[in-house]
Amino acid sequence: MIRFDRVTFTYTGAPAPALRDVDLVVPEGELCLVVGRTGSGKSTLLRLINGLVPHFTGGLLVGRVTVGGRDTQAFAPRDLADVVGVVGQDPAATFVTDVVEDELAYAMENLGVAPDVMRRRVEDALDLLAIADLRTRPLRALSGGEQQRVAIGAALAAGPRVLVLDEPTSSLDPAAADDVLAALTRLVHDLGVTVVLAEHRLERVVQYADRVVQLPGNGAPPVVGAPADVMATSPVAPPVVRLGRVAGWTPLPLSIRDARRHAQPLRDRLGADLPPRLHVAGDVVAHVHDLEARYGDVVALRDVGVDLRRNEVVAVMGRNGAGKSTLLAHLVGLRAPARGTVVVDGRAPASLKPRDAVRLVGLVPQDPGLLLYGESVDDECTTADREGALPTGTTRAALDRVLPEGLEGGRHPSDLSEGQRLGLALAVVLASAPPLVLLDEPTRGLDYNAKARLVTVLRALAGEGHCVVLATHDVELVAELADRVLVLADGEIVTDGPAREVVCHSPVFAPQVAKILSPSEWLTVAEVEAALA
Amino acid sequence: MVRALHPAAWWLWAVAMATVAMRTTNPVVLAALVAVLAYVVAARRTSAPWARSFGAFVRLALVVLAARLVLQVVVGQRLPGHTVFDLPSVDLPAWAAGVSLGGPVTVEAIAAALYDGLRLAVVLATFGAVNSLAAPHRVLRCLPGALYEAGVAVTVAVSFAPEAVTTLARVREARRLRGRPTRGIAGVRGLGLPVLEGALQRSVDLAASMDARGYGRRATVTTGEARTATAATVAGMLALFLASYGLLDSASPGALGLPMLALAVALLAGGLVAGGRRAIRSRYRPDRWLASEWAVAAAAVTAVACIAVAGRVDPAALRPSTNPLVWPPVPLLAIAAAALGLVPLAVTDTPR
Repeated sequence: MIRFDRVTFTYTGAPAPALRDVDLVVPEGELCLVVGRTGSGKSTLLRLINGLVPHFTGGLLVGRVTVGGRDTQAFAPRDLADVVGVVGQDPAATFVTDVVEDELAYAMENLGVAPDVMRRRVEDALDLLAIADLRTRPLRALSGGEQQRVAIGAALAAGPRVLVLDEPTSSLDPAAADDVLAALTRLVHDLGVTVVLAEHRLERVVQYADRVVQLPGNGAPPVVGAPADVMATSPVAPPVVRLGRVAGWTPLPLSIRDARRHAQPLRDRLGADLPPRLHVAGDVVAHVHDLEARYGDVVALRDVGVDLRRNEVVAVMGRNGAGKSTLLAHLVGLRAPARGTVVVDGRAPASLKPRDAVRLVGLVPQDPGLLLYGESVDDECTTADREGALPTGTTRAALDRVLPEGLEGGRHPSDLSEGQRLGLALAVVLASAPPLVLLDEPTRGLDYNAKARLVTVLRALAGEGHCVVLATHDVELVAELADRVLVLADGEIVTDGPAREVVCHSPVFAPQVAKILSPSEWLTVAEVEAALA
Repeated sequence: MVRALHPAAWWLWAVAMATVAMRTTNPVVLAALVAVLAYVVAARRTSAPWARSFGAFVRLALVVLAARLVLQVVVGQRLPGHTVFDLPSVDLPAWAAGVSLGGPVTVEAIAAALYDGLRLAVVLATFGAVNSLAAPHRVLRCLPGALYEAGVAVTVAVSFAPEAVTTLARVREARRLRGRPTRGIAGVRGLGLPVLEGALQRSVDLAASMDARGYGRRATVTTGEARTATAATVAGMLALFLASYGLLDSASPGALGLPMLALAVALLAGGLVAGGRRAIRSRYRPDRWLASEWAVAAAAVTAVACIAVAGRVDPAALRPSTNPLVWPPVPLLAIAAAALGLVPLAVTDTPR
């Protein structure tokens, strides 16, 4: 269905090819997973399939890419639209119309599909993705998960034989991600659609894949093969695979179900003693009492009361739209409470001047690039020093701590990788040394390496007396990092307790290791590895 | 599922209401029109974002009305009559004849400005009403095939404004997080570039998405067909050019006027049809023109006829005198024209 024939692609002006010597055949009806670190060329590979690379981006393509027998060099993306459907990382940025139903029909209208066929296919897409009740809703009023499903439906309704998705679950909560993946596997199994998918959170998808393409980056050709074979050696691997490697299981399990067959002997080896989590929380740094927040008539938070202490890492979890970001916005003072109080270090952040507020509490938003305006990394550091009236070099020192491997000062913030951009934004926030540090969805778009580095940095911050609060959907991050978990639902706190107890007893928030070794309460591969050693 | 009225029918209705408003300065008729517009909008608008445009346009109309009054008081023509208060007047040089600065302000002058401003305000409100009632994207869907791509360009351009507002809010929040002032001049400085960058990024993403979804696909047409379309359009433009000469220049031969205009329209229509053949688009659930649409169209035409007749029968009632200032009369035919604007309520359903 898709064939890459010795494909090498170089962007205009780039010193080295983004992809080198890619030979790849994806047969019809397969789910092909593309994995690799940030910047290894995953998005480029996906965009080559529908011709956006090179037709839209420019650059030099050597070799041949054919999709359904059509050479992408000879066909523009619009002339491949009947064969390939594409879903981007940010669905909201790709919507052309205003209403769900029209969006689903848009590609078909362009292809000139007959009205009665179009009507039927829109209904099918509404059912397949379970979005029938949204049909007349304006697209901008939908939640992230709903938007993602509409985007998939819109790509699907045109009846393409290939569906290409770039990180379709990166902004979704675990339950919504499962819905989307269930819909995708149904397409592969029942309709024979060929799906090519790039994803960082392998724990969510690897068990559904028929084939894995691992891009090593740095110009080496990709490793292609069956998931178990590729995962055995891949530097990026989900916890279930790493646990399998540590415990020496063969064949290597890819799903929780496979792993649980081996679990009993491992549980016996590990015994009943759980590793102690040395967590001594310090003084209260932020106090939230009876907080209520409203957007118009909609109550976003209700009766929220919580104390946040020094030396602890608190994870705020919950569905899309449960009020996580709203809680962070109140803690940082972007919003003033409709009722109740938010006090950080004795003062209400919403009433402070911006330059005083940053010394008290800092927030790294979901898109860390928003915090960066400078022309270069150095420029960003000096501006932050000047504006915060800090000694010269403070921000640079913070940056070198966050990214120990260093970051060249001359680079433009928008040319950095996701992990580097997050690091720079975090350094800017940390320069003012606020006791309370908030991060909204920090692992979006981060690969496992960048994530591991983030965990180290945030742990160290908590150790030094900061209080770190993260709003996140990433259950594996929570397992690695959090001391305490708050679960929000519908604007109310439903659970507030130690991380191990909260996540191990939840079917939705449990990390893979906890699911495999349940009822024992192990959270991470590192814990198991240390216990076995 | 509630069927929405064809957007073209709403536009016919709005044009008729605006025509009625343009033809009169009688505040009684204009007040009746505002009541009709507000009632129809309140009863038939949906919860979609664009349905709020009526409120926005009414606010704009009030600003226009207030500006008209202030201008009249400060620099307006000095009409004789009962003086309300006196402003210190400034003598202007002879070349500024007709403009006065300050001087006595009379009830008559204020009334004249109010009547005139009210008329403009009602026309603006009509525009707001139709934007609330007919979703803008559905209007663009009614365009002929050859103009479709221009229509999409308009949709994208129109969505730019709300996107820019969202981006602006996010950039301001980010500035607050960096500890920069968000108020005053210092708060505005340096906002432009990030907002523009965001909008540009979105445009590029959108263009990629549209390309990937088949936007701009062409049917293969014979060179003959393509040439016919181009030739008809060029000839039509030329004819339009000549016709405008004929119509505007009284010395030109009569054949150059209306007949040439008719020819131009025919040629351009032919060009559109032939050009539309290259577009292979089909329509998803096109709006249909049924009995309700006919009823609304008939009401619109009748309303325009009513106001025209009313103007012939009793012109003074439509333009009540402000000097001497009299109590405005109640012209029943003109009120009936406004009341015909309620017809859509009878032939459409309440949206959910």
